[in-house]
This record gives sequence, structure tokens and C-alpha cells, in this order.
Amino acid sequence: MHYLSHTAEEIASMLEAIGVESLDDLFTTVPEACRRKKPMNMPPPLDEWELTGHLERMAKDTVAASGGTVFAGGGSYEHHIPAAVRALLQRSEFYTAYTPYQPEMTQGTLQAIYEYQTLVTRLLSMDVANASLYDGASALAEALLMAIRVTRRSRVAVSRAVHPHFRQVVRTYLGPTGYEILELPFREDGTTDLEALDDVSDVAAVAVQSPNVFGCIERLGEAADRAHQGGALLVSAFTEPLAFGLFKPPGDQGADIACGEGQSFGIPQSFGGPLLGVFATRDRYVRSIPGRLVGKTVDKDGQRGFVLTLATREQHIRREKATSNICTNNSLCALASAIYLACLGGTGLEDLARLNYDKAGFLKGRLIDAGFSVPFGAPTFNEFVLEAPKGFDRTYERLLDQGTVAGIPLGRWYPELSSHYLLCVTETKTAETMERLVREMTS
Amino acid sequence: MKEIHELVLPEDLRYSESHEWVRFDGDRVRIGITDYAQNQLGDIVFVELPGMGDVLEKGREFGTVESVKAVAEVYAPVGGEVVAVNEALVDAPELVNQDPYEKGWMLELTVTDASKGEDLMQRDAYLENLKAQG
Amino acid sequence: MTEIQGATGLVLNEALLWERGVRGRRGFSLPRRDVEAVPLPEGCCRESTDLPDLSEVDVVRHYTRLSQWNFGVDTGMYPLGSCTMKYNPKINEHLAALPGFAGAHPLLPETLCQGALGLMYDLQGLLAEITGMDAVSLQPSAGAQGELTGMLLIHAFHRNHGSKRTKIIVPDTAHGTNPASAALCGYRPVPVSSNDRGILSRENVARVMDEETAGIMITNPNTLGLFEEQIREITEIVHEKGGLVYGDGANMNAVMGVVDMKRIGVDVLHLNLHKTFSTPHGGGGPGSGPVCVTEELEPFLPVPRIVKQDDRYGLSEDHVKSVGRLHAFYGSFGVMIKAYAYILSMGAENLKTASRLAVLNANYVKERLKDVYDLPYDRPCMHECVFTDKRLKAAKVTTLDVAKRLMDYGFHPPTIYFPLVVSGALMVEPTESESKDQVDRYVEAMRAIAAEAAEDPDLLRNAPARTRLHRLDETAAARHPCLKG
Repeated sequence: MHYLSHTAEEIASMLEAIGVESLDDLFTTVPEACRRKKPMNMPPPLDEWELTGHLERMAKDTVAASGGTVFAGGGSYEHHIPAAVRALLQRSEFYTAYTPYQPEMTQGTLQAIYEYQTLVTRLLSMDVANASLYDGASALAEALLMAIRVTRRSRVAVSRAVHPHFRQVVRTYLGPTGYEILELPFREDGTTDLEALDDVSDVAAVAVQSPNVFGCIERLGEAADRAHQGGALLVSAFTEPLAFGLFKPPGDQGADIACGEGQSFGIPQSFGGPLLGVFATRDRYVRSIPGRLVGKTVDKDGQRGFVLTLATREQHIRREKATSNICTNNSLCALASAIYLACLGGTGLEDLARLNYDKAGFLKGRLIDAGFSVPFGAPTFNEFVLEAPKGFDRTYERLLDQGTVAGIPLGRWYPELSSHYLLCVTETKTAETMERLVREMTS
Repeated sequence: MKEIHELVLPEDLRYSESHEWVRFDGDRVRIGITDYAQNQLGDIVFVELPGMGDVLEKGREFGTVESVKAVAEVYAPVGGEVVAVNEALVDAPELVNQDPYEKGWMLELTVTDASKGEDLMQRDAYLENLKAQG
Repeated sequence: MTEIQGATGLVLNEALLWERGVRGRRGFSLPRRDVEAVPLPEGCCRESTDLPDLSEVDVVRHYTRLSQWNFGVDTGMYPLGSCTMKYNPKINEHLAALPGFAGAHPLLPETLCQGALGLMYDLQGLLAEITGMDAVSLQPSAGAQGELTGMLLIHAFHRNHGSKRTKIIVPDTAHGTNPASAALCGYRPVPVSSNDRGILSRENVARVMDEETAGIMITNPNTLGLFEEQIREITEIVHEKGGLVYGDGANMNAVMGVVDMKRIGVDVLHLNLHKTFSTPHGGGGPGSGPVCVTEELEPFLPVPRIVKQDDRYGLSEDHVKSVGRLHAFYGSFGVMIKAYAYILSMGAENLKTASRLAVLNANYVKERLKDVYDLPYDRPCMHECVFTDKRLKAAKVTTLDVAKRLMDYGFHPPTIYFPLVVSGALMVEPTESESKDQVDRYVEAMRAIAAEAAEDPDLLRNAPARTRLHRLDETAAARHPCLKG
């Protein structure tokens, strides 16, 4: 299919109206020295049937298609997505619309994103949330840049128990302007060594992740106290927001900025993207927030409506002084997460979170009974670290051949944890599947 | 949009090129933005001002005035220490639109530099300036 | 005047989600509990969340009704300049949802995700071929992040050469993301004006280019819809002083199959898959902003790189000069699938035809409106054309009034008040998706509005009248922000 509807007669008629002879005449302003010397070299166009066959073959080549079992999280989570979410996201009024700069024609998107912002603030117990950023990693980078702007300091302290990919993205964003990133180590129990902050002064922000990369719940209240004592902001990140259906949200523990990954809420894993950068903060920082904001207002007849607002923070107005360079965000993913949370409801969220926690606890218990070691003592949500006996890597490979992924080997991220695996259990794993995994891991 | 001849430009004030006005009262000055500036900006939604005790340098930016679609920097027409800030503008930035010279005043300084704004324009010169800008 | 297109539906009011909730309802089928409850740790747990409970029918009706308030490309023509709101093929939505793709964990061992890696590898090759560049990274999540990547690449290049550069040249017609991205990299933007033909002149660039300048950011065709005719000379001037050329490829839809970006002298270019390559705009995103570079800049590309050895695809982090990571994983893979499918559906000839027809549509609009709207540059445009508000001022109507009145005719307005170099800009980009009769309807509507401006301007000032909501109070929204319910 080529999606081009002009007939030869129409083209001729239009060329005549323009006053040129051929389509080539419309390109006279393109100098010869700028032009391609040869046509583009590509395979001939595929019809819809051939295209489908080609992509289906490529899609078959991943374990998810062949019914494999993946016990991995590490920033991307397998959760059941209700059919209603999928169906509603297929409404093309939502997905073929542009950014709602013309509010009278896009009240659907605007009200939906206002609702999303509200749900995020309630979940995280914060004052204000934006309309999305790209992903949790860039959200953390933006949070640190915001803290730097607000405090006018140029160093940040980031826990080593924050997801390594998030930390790498932070380094990329903070690198060119020479901001300093200090690393906080983690303790034996798997949480951040907050005492290390005693030796650190003059930072704009202290960033921890909870649950952290090891699945452990951090002592956010204490982190907030220490950060505030030093005049810094507490930035609390997350990769698995479902945890806040059970555990205390960052806003109740003194976080100034709560940011992270929202993919768990109704967004397919899709080999890592598109994702959802969730970002929330306190009212007093609202004019420093990156990204778009939807606000409530009225029209000239007094009817309630919604508009993009506080746009003077953004690049199209403030240009080089903008709070961020972001323009296109991940709006449809934010919509997906709002629809998901609407389906789940507050009580459903609490039940689902508890189910995740209990199922992960079940597997943890069975593995301990089978002789594995769970080295980190802090409470965990739906991920935990397992220490495997020598030679387990062969078992791990054998399981891979069978299409079972028994966690993420941590050695690639933490050299000192080379015999450790990060396992994740969500509501998608039955007790039977978990029992089978334990049997196969011990055989 | 007002035409130039419709603009209000009090005689007793002095004006800067960047559209701030100054009212002198001995060593103390009161500062705001002109009718021209508020008219250009449209509905003002936010005014960002310095804090009490801040020392401003003549000609340097000291704050911003925002409308829905634009941001304008405000420059200190004279140097000095901030001794008063119009808190009313926090909840009612529209005062700058409605009454730029009285209720919409922005801040007061005690003047520190000797020049005391000798280079500021009188009303007629400022008006000529606006006409020339076109 | 033919009948109005576009719909407002019969939905008059829709409550907010929490106004609808009733505690205890559920719209979610929770998987079976087949394990015992595990004791909870002390002091960690939250009080109840304050999220509304709704049934499935509540949720479905709520969002179905909200969607009916939206105008999308599937509703009608969306001639937003520099946005390329072309048709989003439905097959692409289906393909992106294939379970093998949608259900793929990004950290799978390479043996278990060859299909996904292969798709990305192939897409890299296709984008390199289309642009004429040598290497590609698909990682940036949107155009702005692509621009940041470009700035990082330039920064890394100069640092690698031991050259300290602090400035970057940014034309006055540039999109706001350009100087914003440059600033993120610590570069001070140095403005350069377009000449009276609406394009950059080599003299103006030569005047500001020096050995402290890292390079230039150029959009070509530019945001006035004009081809930067002196671009080759300009890239030479920049290169001569050791600078690099960043190409903003947002307007690539005008020149596929026509222009060779590498030959022009571009060192790094970003593309917007959600513009040129038909992926849907999603009400604001997600997008994807790949960067394409010359061989010289390839060592600095973000990691991980998608590589191929023998017949196997893999991820490689073994690039010491890389600027690092920009995304938690590999970028917007779900968006890439759609762009890949689009390119394979079109093939080389049709992509070139798409550009030619996009340019045809824009020139046709220009010719048919230039007698009623002021056209600042009366010569061939590319895929978009720009009008000013000069003729509207006499009637005391604004560009905004015209835009709002277009809604009453069933069209989404064009881009307004951008670029800033032109007064009251109306930037019209029909795209190749609009048939001749659609474009004719749009032209008729614009002509009718021009006539109304002269005869009955209140129709414009009070527009939109046919939408459910009339003009919204953006001032109140900004003065007293209410950002949650």
C-alpha cells in the first residue's frame, strides 16, 4: 500500500493551477550539488499480506511469541493488560490526534491527561504531576537538572542502588555541563548507605530509588531528613510503581520530586519502548517543572474545559532558557496508564499489589527451602536478589534453551554480585509455574 | 492592541529604552513597566521579582513578566537595594495590565549609584522613541 | 461551499473519573490468588490510595465519550506546518501489537530476541539509505532528544579533538527545541538572521562562524517551507573553521529520494518517525527521533549499538567514545515497528512520490490562497507554505481568529505564530495524504474565512462557534493553575 491518492489527471490539473509543467519544476530551488546521485536502494514495496508475513516471522523470533516464561523485571515488567485498555487505545480520535494546542478540538486528550495528572499525584502523594516525559531514566535526569536549577548548586548524590541504566542516562544528561555526580554505596541489607551522606555537602539533590534495583524498599523518610538538613532536595525514583499500591508513597515520606517508570500500568513491554516517564513534585516548584501541564479553566460561556498551561516554561516560548527541551512526550502511554488505573481502581490496585508481593514471597520461600540464598534482608516488593551456587550458570543456560528466563544475571551491572540473579514475580506467574521453576533450578 | 496615541505615559515619570518607568522620591525610587509594555504582552499571568535586600545592578535583568504566550525580561533602570516588593502581584498579576503606574508597581529601591538615572528619558522622548520603533 | 466535515458528537458533558467512581466497583479481572498471604513488613505500608473505583462499562463509556471530543487525522485534514500529520496506516498498529513484539522483555538474552534486534538493524540501514548518511542510532525518544543527542555528539567530537568550543549558530527560524537542546549541552546559541528571501546567506553565517563555534543547527527545508539554497556553501564555511553541521530533519517529508544529506555537508541529522514516517502522534507522543551520522561521528553514537555479525544480531556496548545512554533501553521500539512497516510498504519510488506530492499540495495551496492571504515569499515552496497576518490587520482580526474559525469549517488549524520571523504566521502543511478534493475544500474554507474577515469579522472573533466549548480562558489557567482534581 502506498497511501497516495492523487490521480494523473489531478496532478496535471494542480500543476496547471500552479503554473508549472511537471513535478520536477517544483524542485528548482534544490541545487544540483545537494541532490542524490542515485535513487534510494531498497527492496521493492511489500503489499499488506507480504508485510504481515515478514513481520510475523520476525516477531516469532522472540521468546514471548513461543510461550516462554520470563521471571525478569529490572525496569520492564510483565503485567496483565485488560482488554478494555487495548480497545480504548485503538480509538483513533486519541491516537491520531496532535498535541492539544488547539484545545477546543482536543478536549478528549486534555481531560484524559488532566485525570492522569490527578491519579499520579494521588498514587505518589505529591502536589502536581506533568503530562509525561519519555521514560523513567530521562525523568530522573530531568529531576536532577531541576534540583540543580532550584538550589543553584552543581552536585548531586545518586545511590548505586538506582537502576544502572537510569544512572547512565543521568551521566549523559549531566555530563556536558560538568555537573558532579557523587555515588552513594549500598549496604548489606540491599538498601542505600545513607550514612555516606555525612561526608557529602552542598548537593542539589539526593536521589534514591524505591523499590530499588534489587527490589528493596528504601528508608525514604530518613533519606529525606538527611537531604533536607543539607539543603538538598530528595528525588525518589521508581521502576515499579505498582509497589505504591502496597507501600508508602514517596510523597508521604518527604520526597520533593517523585519520578520514574510507568510502564507497569497498562503499557506493553514492547522490547523496551515506548515507555512512560512519570514526574511529580511539590506546588512550590511548579514553575520549574519540565514537560507539559494540563490545567482546568472555563470557556467564555463558563463551561469547564482544559488547556495546556504554564507554557512559558517550555522550549517553544522560552527557547534556551526553557526548563527542558522536551516537545513531543509520551502522551498516549500516559493515557494508557490512566485507563489501566481506572479499570483497576483504588481497591483493585491494592489487591493487585498485594498479590504481586505474596507471589514473589512464595517463590522466595520455595527457593530458600530449596537451598538458595537471598542475601539482602530489606523488605522487597515483586523483585528480589538470589545468590546461586557455583555452576548454576549452566542450569541458567539450560533453562534458556527451554524458553525460561530465571532472572537477570547481576554480574553485568554489579561485578561484586557475579553469582547473583534478579528475579521478578508478578500476577502473571501461577503457583504451578513457580513450583516448576524451582524444580528445574535445583535439578 | 492600543495605538501609540492611546498609550498612557505620565509626565512625572522617567522611562528606559526597555520600557520600564521610574518615579523618583529622594533616594528612593519606585519601578514598574510602561503601558506600552503591558499592552504588548497581553494578559499578564505571572510576575517574577527579586527578594527584599537584593542588590540590583543598573541595566541588568532583575525579573520577568509572563503572559500566556510570551516572557519578557525586566531590566533595572537604576541600580540599588530592594526595599519593597509589590506582594499584590502574586495573586493579581493583572494589576500590571489594569494600572501599570499605580497598583501595578513592581518594586522600590534605595538608589546606590551616583548617576541616578540621568540617562533615562522624559515622557516626550520616550514617546518619540516608540513612534520611531514603528 | 460544500458540507462541513468533522464531528463534535452528541456528548455534552463528561464527568471527571473520580466524580464517577463508587467504592467497590472493579473493571479489572484480577488473576487468581493461588498463594498464601505473606506477612507484611512493619511500618512500610500505605494508607488506602484515593483512586476511584469504576466498572468496565464506566471506564469504556468515559473514554469513548472523551475520544469523541477529539479531532484526529482520521477525523479530517490537519495541515499543521512542520508536524507532517500524514495518514497513520492501520496495518502498522496491528503489527506493533504482535505478541512477539509487544510482549518482549528488553533484557532478554540475544538468542531469544533476534527478530526484534533484526528489525532495528534493518531500520537503521533503511534510514541511512534514505538520508544518505553512514550510521544510525534509533535510541532517542523524540526529535528533541535526537537534537540533544546531536549536540552531545558534536560536543564529544570537539572534546576528542581537544578543541574547546562554547557557541553554536542557530537561525532565527529555528524551532524552540534547537536552542533549548544546545543549552542543555552548555552551548550558547548565536543567532543568525535569514535574508530577505527567507533563507540563510553564506555571508551572514561567515560573519559569525569562528573557532570557538562548535557548529550550526540548520533545518532544511527551513520552517518557512523554503529550501536553504546556500546550504552547501554554508556547510563548507562551518567545516572550514572546524565546526560541525547539525541537520534538523523535521521537514524530511519534502525531500525523500531527492536530497542527499551527507552530500550537502550535514554531519548529524535527526529524523522524526512520528512525522515523516507515518507513526501516529498519539495526542502528544510517543515519538521516536533517530540520529543519522557520518562515519566520522559514528564512534560517538549512543550505546548500546545494534550490530550484526555473520547472521546474528546483537547489542554492543564496547564503544569507549560513545556519548553514553539516552534511554533506559533501546528507544521507542513500538514506534520503530510502525516506521519500518511504512517504509517497507512504500519502497523507494513511493517514498519519493510521497515527497513530490507533499510539495505539490503545498504549492497548490499557496497559489490558490496568495490573492487573499499575504504571502511573504512568492516562489516555489517545499512541503509547507507560510502566510502572514498583514491583510488581516486592516479588519482587526488576528491569525488566531482565522485559526479558530477554521474549526467551524471542520478543519484543524495550521500551525500559528511560528516561525517568529514572520508576523502572525500561518504555516500550512497539507502532506501528501490529502487528496485534491480535500485540499480544494480546505482552500474554499480559507477563502470563505478571508471574505468573512472583510464582511463580518465578528464571526472570526467569536469562533469557534460550532464546537462544544468556545474559546477557552488560557489566562485564567495560567494565573491560577489548577493542575489536578
